[in-house]
Amino acid sequence: MSAPITALPSPTPGARRVVHCMGTVFSFDVRTAGVGQAALDEAERWLHRVDEVFSTYREHSEISRLGRGELTAADCSDEVRHVLAECARLEVATHGFFSIRATGRLDPSGYVKGWAIERASDILVAHGSTSHCVNGGGDVQSVGGAAADRPWRIGIADPLRPRTLAAIAVGRDLAVATSGTAERGAHVVNPHTGVAPTALVSLTLAGSRLGRVDAMATAAMAMGADARAFVEGLDGIEAFAIEPDGTTWSTSGWQR
Amino acid sequence: MKRILLSITGTVLGLVALLSFKSHGHPLRTTGALPSAGLPAASSTAPTGTSSSPGVATSAPPKPGAGTTKTLTGQAVETRYGIVQIQVTVTGSKINNVSFLQLTAFDDRSQQINQAAAPLLLQETLSAQNSQIDTVSGATYTSEGYIQSLQSALDQVGLK
Repeated sequence: MSAPITALPSPTPGARRVVHCMGTVFSFDVRTAGVGQAALDEAERWLHRVDEVFSTYREHSEISRLGRGELTAADCSDEVRHVLAECARLEVATHGFFSIRATGRLDPSGYVKGWAIERASDILVAHGSTSHCVNGGGDVQSVGGAAADRPWRIGIADPLRPRTLAAIAVGRDLAVATSGTAERGAHVVNPHTGVAPTALVSLTLAGSRLGRVDAMATAAMAMGADARAFVEGLDGIEAFAIEPDGTTWSTSGWQR
Repeated sequence: MKRILLSITGTVLGLVALLSFKSHGHPLRTTGALPSAGLPAASSTAPTGTSSSPGVATSAPPKPGAGTTKTLTGQAVETRYGIVQIQVTVTGSKINNVSFLQLTAFDDRSQQINQAAAPLLLQETLSAQNSQIDTVSGATYTSEGYIQSLQSALDQVGLK
């Protein structure tokens, strides 16, 4: 019996779903028996709500109206106020390298996407799931292991060598986010200079909760050569990086 | 302390690698034909697909008497950059042939990426049936669409 194309065999009955939202693709892989479409329905509704509220491409989203000064934070939904508070904390923790105004206008997308995936995963947990993986455009929140006796194995794409994976992160309850020079080109800028850093072509962070992990990946990418020392100082987050010449490095907390 | 293992691979890992493709470094295809890729079927069955180079999409019809060869069509998956739809021919649990029914790009850049990536995606599907990962971080749009369409085709025969 051959394995499915992207995956090791799923030993338990589960549910899969693909959701197109926020300009990308979200895929759900639930491996807990009995957790099915109702849970996925709720998780999907959540993603669409996040898009409605937080999209900077929608003229009438709360974020767009807040950015134009038509709303104050006090007028906004609980979710928006939560995100603004988290982003403020992240900005301090990253010395301003994570900034919701890095592009000159209000844009918390660097936190919202990872947070939305993390919360979608929480919805599945609330429905009883103890084993699932949610992948949103290459950022991953997993819960439990891939099976009772097997951790998740999350491949890290190598942008320099199209036919290879650079590494595999292995663990349980893993959140993994990759920031970098993907096929669409650099999209991270240093908020202090407005310049896109070139020290790294790819930076992957692994931790527990994707909102923080994704935001920290964006911030560390913006730091360029200082990313390594910064992530070494973060509790519960490890990094794997690829430099333009193909050199790789990783932080010290990975188990070998 | 959370235990996370990092395995540095540097190994060619079939399909999974395609998730990281870039368009440069591969010759761009100028043909408008959609590529397909095939492998000889299991020894008990005659080959159902033989084209391993880009060309006209081919998929073998179910072979009379073979009984277990099926041609399956995946969902058309629309991403931000285009539409991807896969057709796959399966004998038992083995993929013999995979091809694109749709590979539409919404812009020139996506078209270039598709042209470079499509033949690789197909070939790697055939060689990566035992790839040892569950998902990929840093995946890209075209490949996501490809994976999902392919998965939906495979789900129809329970290749899980």
